[in-house]
Amino acid sequence: MRLLTHNMLSSNIKGVTNGFPLRIEAEKVVEKQVDLNIDFLKNMFPKIEWKALVSASRTMGYAELPEEVEPSKLDSEEFLRKFHHALLELHLEEGALVCPETGRRFPVSKGIPNMLLHEDEV
Amino acid sequence: MWYLCFFYHRLLDYRKAEVESLAQLFCSEDEVNDLQWRLPLHHHQDSPFHFVNLPSEDVATKIANRSILVKGMYELWGEGGNYEELEESIRNYPDERKLPYLESNSTFKINVDTFGKVISLVEQNQRIQGLNYIPFKGRVNLKSPDIKFWLMETDDYGANNGLPPIVEKRIFFGREIGGADRKLLPTYQLKSRTYLGPTAMDAEIAFLMANQALATPGKLVYDPFVGTGSILVAAAHHGAMTMGADIDIRVVRDGRGPDCNVWSNFKQYGLPMPIALLRADNNLPPWRSGLKEVFDAIICDPPYGVRAGGRKSGGRKLLKGVVSPYIVPDDKRTGHIPSTAAYSLVECVHDLLDLAARMLVMGGRLVFFYPVLREDDNADTHFPEHPCFNLIASSEQILSSRYSRVLLTMVKYSQYTEEVAEAARIKHIDFKENHLKWLEDGNLHSAVFSPADAQLSAAADAKATKEPKPKYRGKYV
Repeated sequence: MRLLTHNMLSSNIKGVTNGFPLRIEAEKVVEKQVDLNIDFLKNMFPKIEWKALVSASRTMGYAELPEEVEPSKLDSEEFLRKFHHALLELHLEEGALVCPETGRRFPVSKGIPNMLLHEDEV
Repeated sequence: MWYLCFFYHRLLDYRKAEVESLAQLFCSEDEVNDLQWRLPLHHHQDSPFHFVNLPSEDVATKIANRSILVKGMYELWGEGGNYEELEESIRNYPDERKLPYLESNSTFKINVDTFGKVISLVEQNQRIQGLNYIPFKGRVNLKSPDIKFWLMETDDYGANNGLPPIVEKRIFFGREIGGADRKLLPTYQLKSRTYLGPTAMDAEIAFLMANQALATPGKLVYDPFVGTGSILVAAAHHGAMTMGADIDIRVVRDGRGPDCNVWSNFKQYGLPMPIALLRADNNLPPWRSGLKEVFDAIICDPPYGVRAGGRKSGGRKLLKGVVSPYIVPDDKRTGHIPSTAAYSLVECVHDLLDLAARMLVMGGRLVFFYPVLREDDNADTHFPEHPCFNLIASSEQILSSRYSRVLLTMVKYSQYTEEVAEAARIKHIDFKENHLKWLEDGNLHSAVFSPADAQLSAAADAKATKEPKPKYRGKYV
């Protein structure tokens, strides 16, 4: 699971109002190289919850992203490379995503987050 | 400028829709609105020959090369009902259009093609010799000519020989400017795919869907019922970033082993891996609340219950119809496998439209299959509607005498507002409370597999009032 996916997901358990961002429990993190696609990054940038991405990348052991960011940064190639790396190249292979409100663990195995709810959470 | 478009004679309903969609990729907004179709003299709608008005040769070439169903796109030099008329028509075509392609430093080839009949090599040669009034100066090169000319002939038919009623013979002569790359299809054919499921989408339809969805580099395409990824493979081939979800974790996570899963289906063709695969329920999508307008297209084949039934979460709770939910004991929470409930077609389509309305960018496309019972075809078929979407194409593919599926292409033209979201929420609750009722109403499976008596008598009534169907295969091909 890439951090782009993490940035889009929340806990949707019935009654949970604040299910985002999911806390990452990392057991195994891998890096996989992906071709840089600047158009795609610029396209995604406004849709990203920046703070969540920064803290998620820290949990995954990557601390190069700035805390605050201005859209003008998108002209800097150095920034784009870091953004690209955090968003698309870091994978959570094994671990879990934890609901910030209830503590429910959504397991991630073989890189696939399992977001399905139990019967009493629907 | 008008071009002659010679289609493959299959998936008749999909042909024009594909060209119109691809025009969107290569033309400006105004140019798309100016796109027009015209039929050759005395040809029927189902004829493989159509004329299309496109802004330039460059655009026409790009459309034809990206398409799956355009056999060839031609600059027409002449046409006629017989060879005398053809000659006159070619002679009248302006020299300034012809001469640049007849120069002595170019190489050329003349192909002869026919529709609905076969002519021998000797006859083909005679036809080519008959064109000697055209001042060809270039050298002939049969293997890789610079310029390809085509002489295309149809024959006159009676109405009942299994082919569309082209009443009168027509001959066309033109210069080829593009055509579909059908080599894609053997490359991506399902029988050579490592990981397959029972409802994997065949390559031709998957590529048509990717074209309807305007998959291009830099775009993000999502499939909420991803299965083995057969639709996303086509989108990835055209450079789109892909993302998929499925409720069945065995399919998305495990496949049939380390080299036989959804990832390996992309690796097999050297395509970039999907951005994400996840296990999620389309009925309760796990997207964070502020997230909207992220996908450029959503393409899918929803589980409508004929070959594979849809499932959603909340199984035992909904089955019993009890209000108090099934409580998972605390010590069994880890590793608990939640039961699922059947997912009716109506609810599934409602969820899909709501998801698409929220998650698609403005102008983004929703492309999906919708099942239709064919007994309905004298009444107007009603397709699902949504206030945020315009239906721009519906292409039927007949699957059996009882039912067919229609590929719907919708474009998001209006914002996903608070009111729309609220209406969707109320509907969602309604579905949950009346689960069994919706399950019965929305079950295509029972309609398709139920005893045929009821339908037979209905068909008999319909027969009395309806014109006999033409004998040619029409949409079947």
